[in-house]
Amino acid sequence: MIEFRKEFFADERDDDLNEIGKPTRRQDILGHVTGRSPFFDDHQFDGLLHLRCVRSPHHHARIRRVDTSQAENMPGVVRVLTGKDVPTNLNTLLSLLDFGIDDEPILSDKKVAYRGEPVAAVIAATEAQARAAVKAVRVDWEVLPHVLDVEEAIKPGAPKVLDIYPNNKFIYHGKYDHQKLRFGDVEAAFASADHIVEGRYQMSPIEQAPIETCGAIAAPEQNDRYVCYTSTQALFFSLGTAAKVLQTPSSKLHFVGGTVGGGFGGKVDSIHEPLAILGAMLTGRPVKYAWDREEEMQVGAPRGAERWYIKDAVNRDGRITARKFIGYFDSGAYTRLSSYAIIKGVGHLPGPYTIPNVYADVYCVYTNRTPATAMRGFGITGVDFAIETHMDKVAETVGMNPIELRILNSYRDGDMKAHRREAKNCALVECCQVVAEKAGITLSADAKAATSLTGGGGERARIPNYTATDQNGRVEGFDTGSYARKSGSGSGPASATAQPSTAQPARAPQPGSQPASRPASASRPEQAPPRADPPAKPPESRPAASRSGAMRFSSLSGFRRR
Amino acid sequence: MMAKKPVNFTLNGNDRAAFAEDGQNLLEFLRRGVGDMSPKYGCGQGTCGACTVLVDGETHLSCLVLAETVDGKDVRTASGLSSPALDPLQTAFMEHFAAQCGYCTPGMLVSARALLDRNPRPSREEVIEAISGNLCRCTGYEPIIQAILAVAEGRARA
Repeated sequence: MIEFRKEFFADERDDDLNEIGKPTRRQDILGHVTGRSPFFDDHQFDGLLHLRCVRSPHHHARIRRVDTSQAENMPGVVRVLTGKDVPTNLNTLLSLLDFGIDDEPILSDKKVAYRGEPVAAVIAATEAQARAAVKAVRVDWEVLPHVLDVEEAIKPGAPKVLDIYPNNKFIYHGKYDHQKLRFGDVEAAFASADHIVEGRYQMSPIEQAPIETCGAIAAPEQNDRYVCYTSTQALFFSLGTAAKVLQTPSSKLHFVGGTVGGGFGGKVDSIHEPLAILGAMLTGRPVKYAWDREEEMQVGAPRGAERWYIKDAVNRDGRITARKFIGYFDSGAYTRLSSYAIIKGVGHLPGPYTIPNVYADVYCVYTNRTPATAMRGFGITGVDFAIETHMDKVAETVGMNPIELRILNSYRDGDMKAHRREAKNCALVECCQVVAEKAGITLSADAKAATSLTGGGGERARIPNYTATDQNGRVEGFDTGSYARKSGSGSGPASATAQPSTAQPARAPQPGSQPASRPASASRPEQAPPRADPPAKPPESRPAASRSGAMRFSSLSGFRRR
Repeated sequence: MMAKKPVNFTLNGNDRAAFAEDGQNLLEFLRRGVGDMSPKYGCGQGTCGACTVLVDGETHLSCLVLAETVDGKDVRTASGLSSPALDPLQTAFMEHFAAQCGYCTPGMLVSARALLDRNPRPSREEVIEAISGNLCRCTGYEPIIQAILAVAEGRARA
C-alpha cells in the first residue's frame, strides 16, 4: 500500500492528497470489463485487405533487386508495394520537432541495416494469402559485414551502418560526435582523491511486449479523406509522420486512437499508419497492417542497450568529489528517439547527488541491431541502474553503509547541479531514511538528522570557478539539416558534407518514383513537390498570453517561453 | 475456392450459425465471422491468454481451436458476462482497478469466471493458478487477484 508522508512536503502542498493509496475507477473501465473498449483491430470493415512486409533475413545487406512478379500473381494478392511507391521514402521521427536528419526508409530499396527491415509489402485479401505471397517475393541480396556491438561499431574500419553519420555516431548540434557535459575539473579531483572507483555497466535491449501487438487499419472515407484506426501512443506523431511520408495534408487524414492495448513506449514509432494509409490510397479498400507476435519481438523497437563506464573520485569519508561518465547508447540501425534519449540522460547526470566535478561523453552509436525507441524512462533508466550499482560499489570501497553514503552525497535544496540548474524540492535524504526504517537498518545520528532542506546552497550552490573544456570529438563541416540553423541562413536542402563523397547515393531520390523521393536531409516542408499542400505550419508568433511564461531552455530547440 | 463449413453453436446462450473459413481458428471466427470482439489476439500461439473463451464450460485458447470444432457446442466469452447485469467479477475488476489498458481483461475475466463456476471459494493459490495462463503487462496481477478473491469471499457488491 502506498503511503504519503506529507510532513516532507509540508511547505509545498496544502492539499490532502486523499486519493493516494486508494483504488479509483478509471473512466474507461466499463468498456474494458465488458470487452467493448474499441482497440484498433476491433473495427470491422467489409473487404478488409491485409498487408504484410517482406523482411531482410540479413543484419546488413545491399539490395540488388526486388522481384515481385511472382508474388503479384499469387491468389488474393491485390498489390505489392516497394520503396518507389512511397512518396517520401525517408524519415526520422523527430523531424517533426526539426531534430535530426531523415535516415530511415519506409520500405528500403537500396540497403538494409538490421535483420527484419522491410523491403516490400504485400497486400492481399486474407492474411494467409499475404503470408504466402511474402514468401514469393525474390530479393537479390549482397550481404555486407555487420556490427552488433557499440564499441566495435566506432572502431576505425567498422562496417558503416548509415552513410550520413560518420563513424557510426550521431552528430550533436552539428559540432560533436557525442553529447558533452563538463562541470569543474574531474582530472584534478582524481589526482587528489583517496580512492578511485571504476565500473563498467551493460544493459540489454528490452522489448516492451504489449499484449496487443502494434498495428493500424486505414480505409477511404468516401469524402476524399482516409480514416486510420491505430494502436499508437503518439497520435500526433503518427498523423504528422503519415502526412509527411505520404505528402498529404494532415486535414485529409482522420486519425482515431487513444485505446492502446499496452504500449510502454513501443507504440510511438509511427511505423504502421503510413503503410496502411498508402495501401488504402492505392487499392481504394480498407487495409490492415499489424505485426504478429513474432514481428513484435523481432522488429518492434526495444529500449536501447546501453554501456556505461563510470569513474569516481572519493574521499575517505565517503564524499564523492568527481564523477566521469563515458556512455555508449545503442541506437540500432536508425536514429528514431535515441539521439533525444541521450540528451535527456545527460541532463540527468550525475544522478541525484551533489558532486562538484562532473564529466560525461555520451555517444549515440549506430549498429546493425533493431532500431531502439522509447520505453518507460528511456535515457534515464539504464544510466540510473549504472549509477546506483556504482554507488553500492563506492560504499563497499570506503566501508560505509550504502544508504548512509547516499544520504551523505544527496542533493540538498539550493545545491548546484552539474547542468547548472539549482536543485529544488529535493527528497532523496528523506526517501533513504524511510528505506532504512522499513529495512530495519539503523542509521548513524548524522544520517538520521539529515534533511534535504538544510545543508545545501552556499558553497554547494556555486558553479566551479574553472571548468575544463575540450574539443574532443569535434566534427567540422557537418550539416545537420534545418534544425541547427538558428537564423534562417541557408535555405536550401541541407546535406551531410562531412561524409566522404561516396555517401550521397545511398539515400538519393529514385529517378522513376512518382512523386520523387527527396534527398536524405531535405525534410523541410517547403521542399515538397507541389502535388499536395504540406500541413500548415503553426504561426511563429503566439497570442500574448503565451508570452508571459518563464523562459525555458530546451536542448532540442534552445530558449523558449513556456 | 476455399471450402467454408457451416457452424451451428450457441454464443453466450444465443443460437448462432456462421460459415467458418477453411482452417480458420475460433478467435478469427468469433471476431470477423460472428462479430464478438471481446476475445483478443495477443500472440496466436497459445501463450498469452488474451483470447480465452469457454467451450462447454471449459477454458480454451480460441487461437488454437479450429472454428469448425465448436459446431453444436456452447461457447461463452467475456461479452456474455454482462447479460443483462454486470457479473460480480466485472464489478470487482472495476472497483479494484484490476484493468489498466484492458486488453488482457476479457480473457482474464473468462478464466476467473471458469474458476468460480467450479470452485466458488478458491484460495489465493487457486486464483493464481487459474489466471496463470493469462499474461498482463500493465495492471499487475495483484489487483486482479484481489478482485477475484473479493468475489469469492463475498465482499464484492453483486
